[in-house]
Amino acid sequence: MCLAVPAKIVELQGTAATISVEGALREVDVSLIEEPRLGDFVLVHAGFAIHKWDQSEVDEWEAIRAGMGLPGVVP
Amino acid sequence: MGGDPRRDGIAGSGALKTLVPMLDTLARRVGRDVNLMEVCGTHTMTAFRSGLRQLMPKSVHLISGPGCPVCVTDTNYIDAAIALCRRSDVIVATFGDLMRVPGSESSLERERAAGADVRVVYSPTDAVALARENSGKKIVFLGVGFETTAPTVAASIATASKDGLKNFFVLAAHKTMPQALEALLRDQQVKIDGFICPGHVTVITGAAMYRFICEKYRIPCVVGGFEPFDMLKAAEMLLAQIADGRAEVEIEYSRSVNDRGNVAAQKLMAEVFEECDAGWRGIGNIPRSGLTIRAKYAAFDAVPSLGVQFEPARPHPGCRCGDVLRGVITPLDCKLFGKACTPTEPFGPCMVSSEGTCAAYFKYGKRAAA
Repeated sequence: MCLAVPAKIVELQGTAATISVEGALREVDVSLIEEPRLGDFVLVHAGFAIHKWDQSEVDEWEAIRAGMGLPGVVP
Repeated sequence: MGGDPRRDGIAGSGALKTLVPMLDTLARRVGRDVNLMEVCGTHTMTAFRSGLRQLMPKSVHLISGPGCPVCVTDTNYIDAAIALCRRSDVIVATFGDLMRVPGSESSLERERAAGADVRVVYSPTDAVALARENSGKKIVFLGVGFETTAPTVAASIATASKDGLKNFFVLAAHKTMPQALEALLRDQQVKIDGFICPGHVTVITGAAMYRFICEKYRIPCVVGGFEPFDMLKAAEMLLAQIADGRAEVEIEYSRSVNDRGNVAAQKLMAEVFEECDAGWRGIGNIPRSGLTIRAKYAAFDAVPSLGVQFEPARPHPGCRCGDVLRGVITPLDCKLFGKACTPTEPFGPCMVSSEGTCAAYFKYGKRAAA
């Protein structure tokens, strides 16, 4: 239940954002993270972004996925 | 690698090639059997789905903890939700995980089939939207979940308050981790040598929350991420601490977790909720392990607003979910497992939830038991 998925903000209006998860678009609330910006990678749980990844953190995640022979989910 | 072809096969992939021999080396240094508890239900599923248990040295046992919110939700809470959904003026909105959890006599799924208005939502904000769209109905959101979820429910209550909604209510049964972990450490029936701490709970709370476990109980804690590599790495870090005789809080999941957590989410949680004692299914009452809605927001609390009563629940004879949740037994030790209790006809919540330990054992069969 504490699942949170990494997703990219592709639209942003105030605290309402549209995110892309593996190509699927979804509306989320970004009021719980600081300074959300278009293109940010965020962890999304129950319709809320709960954390923002910087680029090095996205890179780390992609490297872990690649090391396991798994595809990156970065759109 | 010990010549186990199945283990060697899984371990042969990429990054695990170096990690698995490291685990073996550390296990030899530790020189005794150790129990590492993965607290979070999402970790449990990662471990089963990816076959991680086969990669562990034979002396290292991964045991599943109480970190499946659905599994630890008391039966009397489900009964109260069922009583609410039977009211003609109420729409119950819930995360899907709760639908099939058995109450004393029924489940939300059965009630919906019988005509009750129960809606599955993806987010608490969807329940707020339902309240706006159905002004003639009372919308009751079932607020379960740990610190990861509680801020999202707090946000929905704050929004409903700001917008002056009069028909949005939360039946809150949120639970918090620290006191539950302490209760497990005080339990004489289960011996825990290290915690793989829940990654997404800690995104919110910050890793400093676990420091008292290291200082008071000398048990190492590592906050792990949710890729199989993350979990193995967390196990490696725990074994290294045990081998060195250290008990510290370390963060493996550093791409998402820091010491102080999400302060905005913590503030919102503290604004709307306050600590309370909470009943955990199978474990019992744990002081200060729950969150209740503050008096300031009582208008959104389903308990006083809608006169919710919590009646004593009727226990399910033979169900050992409580022992599974404490890590005392595995599902294979329960007489109901796979016979009277299956995912299609579940007795206990650990078989219902997609993150439940019994569901994982059932789905992954013999592989899980290894």
